[in-house]
Amino acid sequence: MVKYYGSKNKTMDRHVLLRDIDVPNIREYDVYVANGGYEAWKKALTSMKPDEVIAVVKDSGLRGRGGAGFPAGVKWSFIPKDVFPKYVVVNGDESEAGTFKDHQIIDGNPHQLIEGAALCAYAVGANVCYIYLRGEFYEPAQTLQRAIDDAYAHGMLGKNVLGSGFDIDMYIHLGAGAYICGEETALLSSLEGQLGQPRLRPPFPAVQGLYAKPTVINNVETLANVPPIVLNGAQWYRQYGTEKSPGTKIFCVSGCVNRPGNYELPLGQYTIRELIEMAGGTIDGRAVKGVLPAGSSAPILPASALDTKLDYESLQAAGSILGSASFVILDETVDIVWAARKMVRFFKHESCGKCTPCREGTYWALKLYDKLLAGRGTLDDVNMIGEVAAQMSNKCFCLLGEFATSPMLSTLKHFRAEYEAFIARHGNGLSNGYTDELIREGVIAGPEGVIARH
Amino acid sequence: MLREKRANDIQAILSKYPPERKRSAVMPLLYLAQEEYGYCSDDAVREVAEIIGCDPTEVKGIVGFYTMFYEQPVGKYVIDVCDDLPCALRGADKFVTHCERKLGIRAGQTTPDGKFTLNTVMCIAACDRAPVAQINRKYYYDLTAEQFDQLVDALAKEQGNGQNPH
Repeated sequence: MVKYYGSKNKTMDRHVLLRDIDVPNIREYDVYVANGGYEAWKKALTSMKPDEVIAVVKDSGLRGRGGAGFPAGVKWSFIPKDVFPKYVVVNGDESEAGTFKDHQIIDGNPHQLIEGAALCAYAVGANVCYIYLRGEFYEPAQTLQRAIDDAYAHGMLGKNVLGSGFDIDMYIHLGAGAYICGEETALLSSLEGQLGQPRLRPPFPAVQGLYAKPTVINNVETLANVPPIVLNGAQWYRQYGTEKSPGTKIFCVSGCVNRPGNYELPLGQYTIRELIEMAGGTIDGRAVKGVLPAGSSAPILPASALDTKLDYESLQAAGSILGSASFVILDETVDIVWAARKMVRFFKHESCGKCTPCREGTYWALKLYDKLLAGRGTLDDVNMIGEVAAQMSNKCFCLLGEFATSPMLSTLKHFRAEYEAFIARHGNGLSNGYTDELIREGVIAGPEGVIARH
Repeated sequence: MLREKRANDIQAILSKYPPERKRSAVMPLLYLAQEEYGYCSDDAVREVAEIIGCDPTEVKGIVGFYTMFYEQPVGKYVIDVCDDLPCALRGADKFVTHCERKLGIRAGQTTPDGKFTLNTVMCIAACDRAPVAQINRKYYYDLTAEQFDQLVDALAKEQGNGQNPH
């Protein structure tokens, strides 16, 4: 048995982010403080200039954990010094299928997020921080609000924190069920009370963000990395990970494995195969058919890529992306056409409607997949799926539309034979086992006709 | 009227945003209205529009854009079951079929007694604990058919206390 850093097998002696696994009740203020909590915040306020905080985060090489992987310290350094007010916005919209890491941080270790967001605010000179959580995080939001209230009560937030003269207010803002609001400019629109649709960039949020003021937007996990970096320094952080992908990262493992869950690992140290082993291996030891490294948005990787290292560069070289590191494992029993339809359905549902290629492309693509699943598909339909995706590629307003082409193009690339076999097997209109699902979604009529959904 | 009944809550919500940016409060206010009225009725939309000083049509647009704001009355208990890919790999589709049979309705419908609405939803960030559902925004993890039946039976017995749980 290989010794892994991992969360569920308890061989990582100390987590950097998922500290709730090591320290019971670290969500409580007293427990967090007893375990070094808010030490970084005190250190920054009493002995560091804002620029020094930016410098240490820059030197650490911490990259944005929301998906894009942009260096956090560099992002902070773009904030102009002479424009007021400025804002920090925390992206806790976590809606990528297969992603549940921010959920655990907010629920299990909320003070580390609060401390990280406060450090970010101090570094860029913002006095207000909004934490945007997806609406479904109503429960975790209550945990986080209690933590914020406790931080205020102990003088860690509010006016003139620790006598430093620095003021910081922190508010939670709940979304209401829209994947697109994880896109940073759509999130800002949503926070401003507009429809959650993306905006043209430039201007980038660092120049004109919330209320057209300079704004840093960072993912929950990104900011949770900041307190240990500020406290222990950039070199300490760089002991984990690789030169270009430093630090630890939370890997969400879901799908056909025995122990799905969050696994915090140093970047670049382990392979996808080892990650699956840490998650208890596949159910009944079945062979892996494919892996989605970043939920529905990432091109699927076939089993031949299982020895790819877990970092930004290696996954890109393998033809996919690390993104939010939400690994959905598909074993040999999974029907790829069915899985691709699920993902296309997701994007069709979540398309915000702003731009035509995405709105119409996802609509027609789902129609084609529905036809296949209902047993009425032909090879022409398969080719048409490829064409729809090609028509969408590089033509959508934001990345959602581009992501939507991933499940289509990558499954066609690696598993075209499965599409052909699917048609051979089901193309004669016989029931194919998806009846309940298709009736539910109004693709085929049930005994009582097509259901109108509200 | 929201403004009379929930004046303190409205004040608390508005205080989070700059005074000239009241519109930012539209989503929290719609949640408040939904708590009060059970759904975002036209009256609720008009009230929210008045509070933030914008056109009701724009608020109606917000209601329509987000899945968690209800344009029609819903059951006392809204059951959202995730049937997205990661959950479906762990049996979510079969689970939804079970829920439909137990409640005697299809996903997307409300029971005739107005007690339960069943919805299928996209990923709700708990894929490691599938099948997963939310009932009035409270998570229920690792659900089995038996547990679902017990939950529904217990909720069915509960008497209304006049407070809308949304």
